Amino acid sequence: MQKFTTVTGIALPLRRSNVDTDQIIPAVYLKRVTKTGFEDALFARWRADPDFVLNDPAYRGARVLVAGADFGTGSSREHAVWALRDYGFDVVLSPRFGDIFRGNSGKQGLLAGQISEADAQRLWDVIEACPGVELTVDLVSRTARVGALTVPFEIDDYTRWRLLEGLDDIGLTLRDEARIAEFESHREPWRPRTLPARQVSL
Amino acid sequence: MTDAPLLEERPRTLAEKVWDKHLVAKGENGTPDLIYIDLHLVHEVTSPQAFDGLRLAGRPVRRPDLTIATEDHNTPTLAIDKPIADLTSRTQIETLRRNCEEFGIRLHSLGDIEQGIVHVVGPQLGLTQPGITVVCGDSHTSTHGAFGAMALGIGTSEVEHVMATQTLPLKPFKTMAITVDGTLRPGVTAKDLILAVIAKIGTGGGQGYVLEYRGSAIRALSMEGRMTICNMSIEAGARAGMVAPDAITYDYLQGRAHAPDGQDWLDAVAYWDTLATDDGAVFDAEVILDADTLEPFVTWGTNPGQGVSLSEAVPDPAGISDANERSAAERALEYMDLAAGTPMKDIRVDTVFLGSCTNSRVEDLRAAAAIIAGRTLAPGVRMLVVPGSARVRIEAEAEGLDKIFTDFGAEWRFAGCSMCLGMNPDQLAPGERCASTSNRNFEGRQGKGGRTHLVSPLVAAATAIRGTLSSPWDLAQDGDK
Repeated sequence: MQKFTTVTGIALPLRRSNVDTDQIIPAVYLKRVTKTGFEDALFARWRADPDFVLNDPAYRGARVLVAGADFGTGSSREHAVWALRDYGFDVVLSPRFGDIFRGNSGKQGLLAGQISEADAQRLWDVIEACPGVELTVDLVSRTARVGALTVPFEIDDYTRWRLLEGLDDIGLTLRDEARIAEFESHREPWRPRTLPARQVSL
Repeated sequence: MTDAPLLEERPRTLAEKVWDKHLVAKGENGTPDLIYIDLHLVHEVTSPQAFDGLRLAGRPVRRPDLTIATEDHNTPTLAIDKPIADLTSRTQIETLRRNCEEFGIRLHSLGDIEQGIVHVVGPQLGLTQPGITVVCGDSHTSTHGAFGAMALGIGTSEVEHVMATQTLPLKPFKTMAITVDGTLRPGVTAKDLILAVIAKIGTGGGQGYVLEYRGSAIRALSMEGRMTICNMSIEAGARAGMVAPDAITYDYLQGRAHAPDGQDWLDAVAYWDTLATDDGAVFDAEVILDADTLEPFVTWGTNPGQGVSLSEAVPDPAGISDANERSAAERALEYMDLAAGTPMKDIRVDTVFLGSCTNSRVEDLRAAAAIIAGRTLAPGVRMLVVPGSARVRIEAEAEGLDKIFTDFGAEWRFAGCSMCLGMNPDQLAPGERCASTSNRNFEGRQGKGGRTHLVSPLVAAATAIRGTLSSPWDLAQDGDK
């Protein structure tokens, strides 16, 4: 994973709350077995509407998405994060995220920063007054800045540290391999095992 | 027990006990805890990129004996003996088969008696047990919490992480008690109860929490009912939902293929008996609901929190004070093509879907069959019945339920996720309206432009008879026709 410190890019205002992962990427796009190539699937249903904000040429190449509350609720599909990444987004700012989506984001280098409802409104107002305006997200100071407006965002310390360092979770955990093996050595024998397979008749 | 004495002294909740028991390493200075995972369930949609990651890093699956896979999300429910017609679906299934072969994972493929929706398969095999940690790359993994397990839906990166390490780094969750006392009236089910809970706390109300369902109404529920409730915890935004195990749990488990037996059973029960939340344990939040006054409950909008009692009308967004909620409601009514003030019971449907990890177990099928037996499907309505697993299908057929459904005019299908998310050919057409026993009424979830009303199996059955959203109470008023 690449190290993340600051990002400056066009901000896209998405004035909608409860944007579930079925909207971010509909299930028909989940059949691929690769991790890339999902950019066309992002908000596929909404993009069919020419007036949808993503279709506005002023926001072409946007890297920061500013969305309403409860962004990324619903299905656990990490494809939602891949689609946002493939399209070019590095940051999503929202007053509230679905828990699983937020977790998935941190693993794929997508910064999910939590802002207040009032700041979401302020950011939308500034961005819409000047479509295509660039916004700077600074992970070190946990702030987003556009024009004269600077707003703070929240992200938990651990995810922030991993993003700043560009660290891979599995590698970190495997440093604790001895403790995992030790834990396994005293698991109770009655805990379920899938192998060998046992069958009972009807 | 290896827990530190300090952890034993403080009264703890069920969720805290399961957490503490699985602690491999305690986090320090803001790092997460490392939690051991007892059971990893795998399916075709969220696993291919995880297996790829392992291959790239040269890592094996650490514990194939704690891992099991099945095919469910995009499998067809007709002609399952033929090659899958949709090429991308077929590729995904074949990829799972190759991956399971390569990494030594037990797989129940299409045509196998244990194939089916992953959250139906785990419990039916007796793998889902009290006090374990369960994960799956699917948000409805919360289902397994009905057994007193800590069951978490995870993303594909975490799927890979669990495959490689059998652990997950996790921050402790907050706990919320959902206390439901009283008695559900006949015709009111676990599904109505959980829809009412979500309407009350909202789709973000459970965020960051593990919900524990408590109270006399929960204790009275069957395991199937408890699974329905825990299944939809994610629709309230929660990380997990749990019910403390009791005699009903043990009766369900005993004798299942992978349930402990002999001395192991006695040892397991002795441990399971210690899991219930201690007297004096403190929850971070509590919600109270009265079962006595609950009615059949249905959704009108495009998120599971947008629901009302069936006897009520479509709400008027103008009456919603929160601006975000109001605009979401306006948008939902437009998408659903509904006018505020319309009685819910006047809403006519085109399709009825009985299935999904929420309501596709044999008890759900029995309940619906009992309502429709000897009646006929409303003209112009189609009904799809999709059992949760091949085993459920066979059990239902042994009881003659398939005959009741087909005589009624419904289609009797093979097992899978089917129209819950429309990854296979079972989809709604644009504009089509559906009464669905599934869990999500999101825009386009069941097919592009499709309109979904979430309902219980009993409401699904009564709606199929009358053609408009109905409950068994309405059938009683119609009289025996």
